[in-house]
Amino acid sequence: MRLLDFLKGERKKSASVAKERLQIIVAHQRGHRGQPDYMPMLEQELLAVIRRYVKVDQDAINISLDSDNDCSVLELNVTLPNEGEAAKS
Amino acid sequence: MAKIIVVTSGKGGVGKTTSAAAIATGLALRGNKTVVIDFDVGLRNLDLIMGCERRVVYDLVNVIQGEAGLKQAMIRDKRSENLHILPASQTRDKDALTLEGVEKVLMDLSEEFDYIICDSPAGIERGAQLALYFADEAVVVTNPEVSSVRDSDRILGLLSSKSRRAEQNRDPIKEHLLVTRYNPNRVNDGDMLNLDDIREILAIDLVGLIPESEAVLRASNQGVPVIHDDKSDAGQAYADTVSRLMGEDVPLRFQSVQKRGLIARMFGGGGRR
Repeated sequence: MRLLDFLKGERKKSASVAKERLQIIVAHQRGHRGQPDYMPMLEQELLAVIRRYVKVDQDAINISLDSDNDCSVLELNVTLPNEGEAAKS
Repeated sequence: MAKIIVVTSGKGGVGKTTSAAAIATGLALRGNKTVVIDFDVGLRNLDLIMGCERRVVYDLVNVIQGEAGLKQAMIRDKRSENLHILPASQTRDKDALTLEGVEKVLMDLSEEFDYIICDSPAGIERGAQLALYFADEAVVVTNPEVSSVRDSDRILGLLSSKSRRAEQNRDPIKEHLLVTRYNPNRVNDGDMLNLDDIREILAIDLVGLIPESEAVLRASNQGVPVIHDDKSDAGQAYADTVSRLMGEDVPLRFQSVQKRGLIARMFGGGGRR
């Protein structure tokens, strides 16, 4: 069997595809874990404000809240389009 | 003080109730006074798996609403005198459960029992959140399959943020991974996530590995928790799981393909591969 698979030019086993997909989705889920409930809403509204001035994609905004012992940092990351595209809009 | 263990998973159909029934029975067989509570209001099934469906008179909601006492609602298991079952309501909707009501029931049970096993409903809604809120430990039931693993990770998030232990900044809930429906043959073929992959992704301690087994359906057909079938692979795997929950160090079995003897191969049926 194994030899046959090898000769046929074995495609990737489905379990390893599953593992890769899970690693990505779980890492993404954990990034959102423990954040306040208002974060998705805040993200949407900030994006709406930014889009009033600059044309950016829906997924061009990245927001995260990091807490140390005595201070929290809200980090907002927006990928702006390059000059040429921005001018057109 | 009883130890409160929630059996949860996020995804439905992975074996929560089967596992809750087997673990509760196993703990009772080992001499612990144990009660197992069905939190799946509206869709109760623990009574069927435990084989006491015809003896249900009152349920968890009746107790919470003050319509019956705990003693009236609890059903004593036919096979083990250390084991009691508290069924869920079949008719009410899940809003009938309140945080205060559940707390009162658990506090009262806590005085009398060594272990309280909470069988969580599927999903991450109210019923599931109430089932895990007061837990000291959690058994996260996971199948070697993408949606189950992802949902288990979501539940781990809830356990670490929406539980009483989390809200009171106490020691976190002790999380245990229980992998069920594991099929070593399919793992070997590369078509099923292997145990190490699941452990790596979820990153919690393994408490048990239950092989996919014909004994499980047979047990639920008969209303006898599969752990009573001590000849079966699943029954033995649950017994190992109970030992680990009680703090014993037991070697892991059923992870690889069981070699079948010539006779078994000639006559086919019976033994699990």
